Amino acid sequence: MSRLLVCPPDYFGIEYEINPWMRRSNAVNSDQAVRQWRHLMEVLEQDVGAVLERMKPVPGLPDLVFTANAGIVVGRKAVPSRFRYPERQREEAYFEDWFRGQGYEVVTLDPGRFFEGAGDLLGFPDTWFGGYRQRSDIRVFPTLSDWFHREIIPLELVDNRFYHLDTCLCPLSGGDLLYFPPAFDRYGREALAERIVPSRRLVVPEVEALRFACNAVCVGKHVVLPAGCPETEALLTSRGYLPHPVPLDEFMKSGGSAKCLTLALD
Amino acid sequence: MMQDQETVLLQGHIIDSLILAKVLDTILMMGGTFDLQDMQIGKTREEPSRARIIVRASSAKLLSEIIHAIQPHGASVESERDCRLSAAPADGIFPDEFYATTHLPTQVRVHDQWVEVEGIEMDLGIRVDSVRLNARTVPMGEVKGGDQIVAGREGVRVIPLQRPRDRDVFSFMESQVSSERPHGHVISDIAKRLAQLRTGFREGKAGSKVLLAGGPAIVHAGGREALTWLIDETFIHVLFCGNALPAHDMEVDLYGTSLGYGHAAGRVVPHGHEHHLRTINRIRAIGSIEAAVRSGVIKTGIMAACVRRGVHVVMAGTIRDDGPLPGVITDSVEAQATMRRAIPGIGLALLVASTLHAVATGNLLPATIPSVCVDVNPAVPTKLADRGSFQAVGLVMDAASFLRELARELGWKP
Repeated sequence: MSRLLVCPPDYFGIEYEINPWMRRSNAVNSDQAVRQWRHLMEVLEQDVGAVLERMKPVPGLPDLVFTANAGIVVGRKAVPSRFRYPERQREEAYFEDWFRGQGYEVVTLDPGRFFEGAGDLLGFPDTWFGGYRQRSDIRVFPTLSDWFHREIIPLELVDNRFYHLDTCLCPLSGGDLLYFPPAFDRYGREALAERIVPSRRLVVPEVEALRFACNAVCVGKHVVLPAGCPETEALLTSRGYLPHPVPLDEFMKSGGSAKCLTLALD
Repeated sequence: MMQDQETVLLQGHIIDSLILAKVLDTILMMGGTFDLQDMQIGKTREEPSRARIIVRASSAKLLSEIIHAIQPHGASVESERDCRLSAAPADGIFPDEFYATTHLPTQVRVHDQWVEVEGIEMDLGIRVDSVRLNARTVPMGEVKGGDQIVAGREGVRVIPLQRPRDRDVFSFMESQVSSERPHGHVISDIAKRLAQLRTGFREGKAGSKVLLAGGPAIVHAGGREALTWLIDETFIHVLFCGNALPAHDMEVDLYGTSLGYGHAAGRVVPHGHEHHLRTINRIRAIGSIEAAVRSGVIKTGIMAACVRRGVHVVMAGTIRDDGPLPGVITDSVEAQATMRRAIPGIGLALLVASTLHAVATGNLLPATIPSVCVDVNPAVPTKLADRGSFQAVGLVMDAASFLRELARELGWKP
């Protein structure tokens, strides 16, 4: 059974611009955002069978809805994020409080070392990948590797539209990898190719990568992804996965989609 | 060429992620170079790897650009401390734990800056003027009480030599010392160097002078004409020798013998053993070798050529010397200091047939100066060539054969 941390979008909106997707002029339709979020929750709970833990939204923190950036959780140990932008640094205390309130052992990184949680750290059971350069600092990965006893392969993010690793790479439960290669440099692409055989590398076309096809939630054979990515769905189906497209375009205005809206707890 | 450098550390899963490759490629692509030091590779997939990388660049600006470019990939500059300074307790005495130099380029950290040590030479101390940010080697005998001398190894870095760009005998690390190897190609490469350096010398280029340190065997064995020709053709600019080389050279001019052996006759001549004493006495009466040449008393040979061509001659005496000749420095500390002053500007050193002068000169030379040691006794080239330098070549052969072959390569027609 999969548990996910989520936060209702009561105060979601575009109040600042910290990635190329955000435009304050591109206002969020709040009602529509709430409808889309609820639909996502229904799919996760009913179709996928995930258990949802809901955080209390906080006025003035529009991006608290993107719980993937709360931190990283393995077993009962949680490392809260240290955000690069001051706009999101205010979220840190709330995420940390939530972890402590739930009885997690909270381990904190040195101040000044940016790390944006599961947005930049995801992987297979034995090998993790760490996105760096846009948001997280590569220097956090050796520390996290030591704390969690996992190999972490750092991957440089070279396209600022794909500013978190979970916007361009999604490891799937069967050992397959959904990803958009141009978001990485030659070294990153080669490192991935070294680890994952070609038949398991599912390359998302650019048009769908820009709809955040890779920002998908995989639970068992279920893959919840933003709507409008038919080629990605076909790729997933061909490897035996069950795609669940969900319209999430209100959240794309902020540069986030299905995966950004959840944090895997165990 | 001196380079700026900085040590950086890189750790994590840097091998499989190709982060190490990316950092090293970045350094090279930007025009820098690197040395990988202390590479520790994780034994399991979980265990991180660590690399200590020395980054070098031709300027401080380029170095800073390179460091700036590799920092986002996790390279962090190793924190470094200033060198420790200790006052010399008295004249001629280093403080305890003084740092003893090698013959490799060296820098010391003073007020957070790496300062080049001037006058690099092995087995000296380093005196630092921390106000002027200046560091210079100092021999034990020349240190003054209160001088600030580098102590310990902290804040001192020794820079390994870059492999030379020229593809000749000096660019291969084999310090060949063997009487059983052909010498032809080695001598041919040395000749090419001499020709290049002479061109540089004529154009006033720094580091184009050629030093020859030689013993009297050059004269006894029949290398005098070849060496004279090399000096006359301005291939040699500095000569280090003792009392014997000039004495026997001028003996040949005055008596046709060296150590009493008739060069033309090919045998020992009666009372020939007196000839070098009479030669020395004659020159002492005239007052100097230069005066003897200028007045026409000495017309041919090595010393005459040196005077004609303005070669800087340093004659260092020993306890077995007869006379000695005027100009021979009998105080060995003063002789060493005079030789040391003649080293700057040298681009190649030929150490021929003299254990004493070859070893003394070898000790004074920084590793950056290519050197050729020629001796019939393999122990001498072995001692000198085995100094951890890319550019020390040893030849086990007779001095006259070496000089004659070298001169012939450069156009001498005996």
